Amino acid sequence: MKGTLPDAETEHLLRELAPQVLGAVVRRFRDFAAAEDAVQEAMLAAFTQWPKQGVPQNPRGWLIQVASRRMTDQVRSEIARRERETAVVRDAETIVLADEIEPGMDMDPNDTLILLFMCCHPALTSSSTIALTLRAVGGLTTAEIANAFLVPEATMAQRISRAKQSIKASGVPFSLLAPGERAERLPAVLHVLYLIFNEGYASSIGAHLQRLDLAREAIRLTRCVKNLLPDDAEVSGLLALMLLTDARRAARTGPGEELIPLDKQDRSLWDCTQISEGTELLDTALSKGSVGLYQLQAAIAAVHDEAARAEDTDWPQILALYELLKRVSPGPMVTLNHAIATAMVHGPSKGLELLKPLDGDNRLVEHHRLNAVRAHLLEMLGDHETAVRHYRIAASRTTSIPEQNYLMAHAARLEESHNCPEEKTTTP
Amino acid sequence: MKHILMMNIPKAGYGVFGAWSPNDIAANLAFMKNLNKALGDSGEFVGAEGLAMPDQAQIVRAGKDGVPVTDGVFPESKEFLAGYLIVDVESSKRADEVAAIWSSAPGPGGLPLNMPIEVRQVMTGGAGELP
Repeated sequence: MKGTLPDAETEHLLRELAPQVLGAVVRRFRDFAAAEDAVQEAMLAAFTQWPKQGVPQNPRGWLIQVASRRMTDQVRSEIARRERETAVVRDAETIVLADEIEPGMDMDPNDTLILLFMCCHPALTSSSTIALTLRAVGGLTTAEIANAFLVPEATMAQRISRAKQSIKASGVPFSLLAPGERAERLPAVLHVLYLIFNEGYASSIGAHLQRLDLAREAIRLTRCVKNLLPDDAEVSGLLALMLLTDARRAARTGPGEELIPLDKQDRSLWDCTQISEGTELLDTALSKGSVGLYQLQAAIAAVHDEAARAEDTDWPQILALYELLKRVSPGPMVTLNHAIATAMVHGPSKGLELLKPLDGDNRLVEHHRLNAVRAHLLEMLGDHETAVRHYRIAASRTTSIPEQNYLMAHAARLEESHNCPEEKTTTP
Repeated sequence: MKHILMMNIPKAGYGVFGAWSPNDIAANLAFMKNLNKALGDSGEFVGAEGLAMPDQAQIVRAGKDGVPVTDGVFPESKEFLAGYLIVDVESSKRADEVAAIWSSAPGPGGLPLNMPIEVRQVMTGGAGELP
């Protein structure tokens, strides 16, 4: 029996099936790069045919068959080309007829995991890894990925193709990594998922509705990894972090798409369902004992999300979590956030003291965030004149338009209230 | 991260380009075509355009009731934007490398022109969490 699905449902089903189909085709043909192209073509065929003709009874089998037929055609034409050129003996064994492929052939739930580890190969740049992961594991089309990153489709196609060539050249076999190796490589996979989420979360401001929601896509993929590695506390921690952050999405911009900082957000707009799911995931993860980078960040997000009003925020707890984070994963961005938490608990002077060592940090010296945080703490201290100056330096250094608008507007408001303090009460 | 690379040419340079030998012009055009193709192949190309000669340029501003008031090119302008290239690269360092390649485009006698290229990062519409 065949049913018809609206486009969105077809899309969802196809994305879920993509890594399973790719895994099956790679195992049969042992050529990841070509199989990935063939699956993409099968997906595009399904996307145009299924909404009109109905979803086949065994959609996974249908996709495997169509992709395998493409592979077989390719092998045939490759042999024909070689015969024309050098008259080599036909290598009939490499041909696998599509008819031989059983629609219900074995399914390996680990395929998604194998593919993820393959795409997140250390030899690739992060932009190539992200693109390849979204296509091979996420089941997205090249056009969708190109659109999400605002580059031409041909450029994105090349980026993906080059990434696959690098993987091919590195000679990794299509098989599950040994547990030790997997544990070693898992942080890289989680980092890629985190980057996809961040890209989506950052670009959710002023993004056109047609643009793909990368944050949701990252959540979907991470959820999938969590189901495959249910006992890994960091995978759960990452999923919790994404949910607890994404829950605030609707509140982080105003009607004119202007940025709204956490303490000014309308908390009734926060997504309670996502918050409770994130908190629950986090609690289970933390009970497992091994606390990592993502669990700690999720815990910080959870403390913010738990406060009904900004002034109810449990800053001492956030400070304690940042102190742990500094030990687990030290870095200038953690130092910055630690300084803010310190200022909230022990006063702005203490926070400003913690910023001093960052002046000499090459990783941050040109970074606008140091100026923005310093400005924020100076404002807390009451030194509005210096705060305005630092807000403006931050505004001139950021490469984000919404952030620049926020920083400039904030500096202007602060300057105005500083110059005419009697109007302070009427200025928001 | 996206960067725009802009080639500014001295006003005098435009007249000189017309006086190049056909071979030199062909070599320069072939260089540009190859550069764009190489950037496409490396998955970094976003866009590139060459601009018409500055003697056809107009300076426009809004006059009364927003009616466009056009004027010729300012005589005091010494340099004009000849063309631009937008790339999506891993780092600012890589954008500089691409600029240096472009700058080495061949001129008369096949010698590198070493034109100055202005490299600027393109701002994004996204934003992370505020402090």
